[in-house]
Amino acid sequence: MNLSVIGSQFWSLLLQGLALGLIYALISLGYTMVYGVLRLINFANSEVFMLGTFTTLYMQTKVFGFALTTPTIHGAKLIFVLISSLLASMLVCAVLAMLVEVVAYRRLRAKGASRLASLISAIGVSIVLLEAMGIVTGGRPKTAPRLLEKWSFGEIAGANFRIDTVLTIVAPVVIFIILERFVTKSRLGKSIRAVSMSEENSKLMGININKVITATFCIGGLTTGAAAFLYTTVYENTVFNVGFNIGIAAFTAAVLGGIGNLRGAFYGGIALGLVEQFASALIGSQWKSITVFLVLVIILLFKPSGLFGEAVQQTRT
Amino acid sequence: MTMEHKKTFNLRDRGAEVWAGWNRTTRSVFAVLLIGLVALLPFAGNWTPTSFLNTPITSYANVLVYPVGMFALMALGLNIVVGKSGLLDLGYVAFFAIGAYTDAILTTLFNWNTWEALPVGIGLAMVSGVVLGLPALRLRGDYLAIITLGFGEIVRIVALNLHITGGPNGIPGIPNPPKVFGLVFDLEHPQNFFWIVLTLILLVIWMVRRFTVRRPGRAWEAIRQDEDVAALMGVNTLVYKLWSFVIGAAVGGAAGVIYASKIIVISPDMFNFDVSILILACVVFGGIGNIWGVVVGASILAYLPERIRFIADARQLVFGLVLIIMMNLRPDGLLPRKKRENIAEKGGK
Repeated sequence: MNLSVIGSQFWSLLLQGLALGLIYALISLGYTMVYGVLRLINFANSEVFMLGTFTTLYMQTKVFGFALTTPTIHGAKLIFVLISSLLASMLVCAVLAMLVEVVAYRRLRAKGASRLASLISAIGVSIVLLEAMGIVTGGRPKTAPRLLEKWSFGEIAGANFRIDTVLTIVAPVVIFIILERFVTKSRLGKSIRAVSMSEENSKLMGININKVITATFCIGGLTTGAAAFLYTTVYENTVFNVGFNIGIAAFTAAVLGGIGNLRGAFYGGIALGLVEQFASALIGSQWKSITVFLVLVIILLFKPSGLFGEAVQQTRT
Repeated sequence: MTMEHKKTFNLRDRGAEVWAGWNRTTRSVFAVLLIGLVALLPFAGNWTPTSFLNTPITSYANVLVYPVGMFALMALGLNIVVGKSGLLDLGYVAFFAIGAYTDAILTTLFNWNTWEALPVGIGLAMVSGVVLGLPALRLRGDYLAIITLGFGEIVRIVALNLHITGGPNGIPGIPNPPKVFGLVFDLEHPQNFFWIVLTLILLVIWMVRRFTVRRPGRAWEAIRQDEDVAALMGVNTLVYKLWSFVIGAAVGGAAGVIYASKIIVISPDMFNFDVSILILACVVFGGIGNIWGVVVGASILAYLPERIRFIADARQLVFGLVLIIMMNLRPDGLLPRKKRENIAEKGGK
């Protein structure tokens, strides 16, 4: 235990934790939105994320043809490259998430199968995606070229406001604001909320359930794709099993905030990122996952449906 | 739902009908014959008509012990938790790891033998089941799932970072079990390990069947179908959920002890999340809640990747495809539980 770290690095840890947490928050939307409408853990979301990181990487190395040794680029060219890899990643993830729904869930839902059956078929999809990518990449980690020069806006109390850190904080906040407005204001957003309240009643109100579910998977895929882009830009590498730990962390974040709850995912992600950063600094990074789970257990003991909770009738299976 | 539901052919019901039609002697003879046939399985690889069972790379008799036998045993243990009382446990590997590490530490550091370590391993797994279960079982559904998942990861990370567990290198040089009734346990005699696992499997099957027809079994069934109603009818849900959790943990611990003594070297990467998922897949694939379905499911899912090892990299891919296709075709598993119970489940909607 090294308490002096807190004193010297507090603001820096806070900033890093926030950035990491917001990436988790974006991915956890892929779990929490789907959970909201289907009451199912979208197990394949971690693999959707993984393929998003590879899409970003291949956009930059294959499509734009940047080699690893390319010097950083600037101006309009940089913005164009970044935006197009972001859009590609979001698009691929959204299409993939919708495919996951068709392959793993739709038929089973039509048959009225148990939730566990859907869980296993989703795990099957997850294994297929993971192993396919493992074969394609030969199981080796891939490095992304550094296109974005990591200049800093400046340092405040030891916290280094580097461009990529700021980006990973600003972008998710913007996405969450848009999403929040979409879900509360738009017709489709309202249908999503209706389905998550009661599937039966929504059907009676003339809502096309399948369309709503597909849209939900699509939104989860879009945010996961954005997270994958941010992850690749910040960490500059990826590997075929990158999704596993991040997926678990994101799912934990969703549960922490209260699964099925949009704001819960946002604050749950931040809480998780902060706990992880501070725990790594205090007691060593090898114990950070343990700290995360202990925090989760303690919070769930006092608030059995997460920080922001969900209505009791909705926790029922 | 009306009474006249579509009558389809169902292997499980047909089997139960045939079994019900037999008298005690016929049943005993059949059971003994079946057990005898299964016990002969390790030799099937050497006999020409059944030699197609042989697995490339790992020898067939060893595959029967691990993964096939071990997975069948653990799937039966997990089935008590997931299938009987309906609690989603995503960290079952934790109990397996606790059993394995108990055996490894007691035999290498304290010179105990496997048979002495076995009850301790089971006991420790049960204690950890209580420690995890008491807080976790107050939660519902997916919250329980994530807590158990976390517990599985915690056990692995602790093993990875402690000195006594050998860190990432694990514990080498675990002794094989000493002789029992003249049966030698070493590399040359995998069939003896198989018989030990088979004995444990039979014990668990016997135990589960006894439980099912008695008070705990009925309590579990009630909890699985509707926890609130069960509580209102006077079932102490926490106690019975804890019991199913602890009994499941005990089976996992026993499997771990035997596994460690067979495999000689254990390390934390043998106890990752994949194992929990694989065992859960065995349970659901075979037919959740039905003992025979679980055994069949575990045998297929554990055996298949070994049998197709010649396609090397793609074997896990094929495994994933099999899971997707099977669940889409038969959502209730290969041998689903009794139709009666299914109707009760769907009737509530």
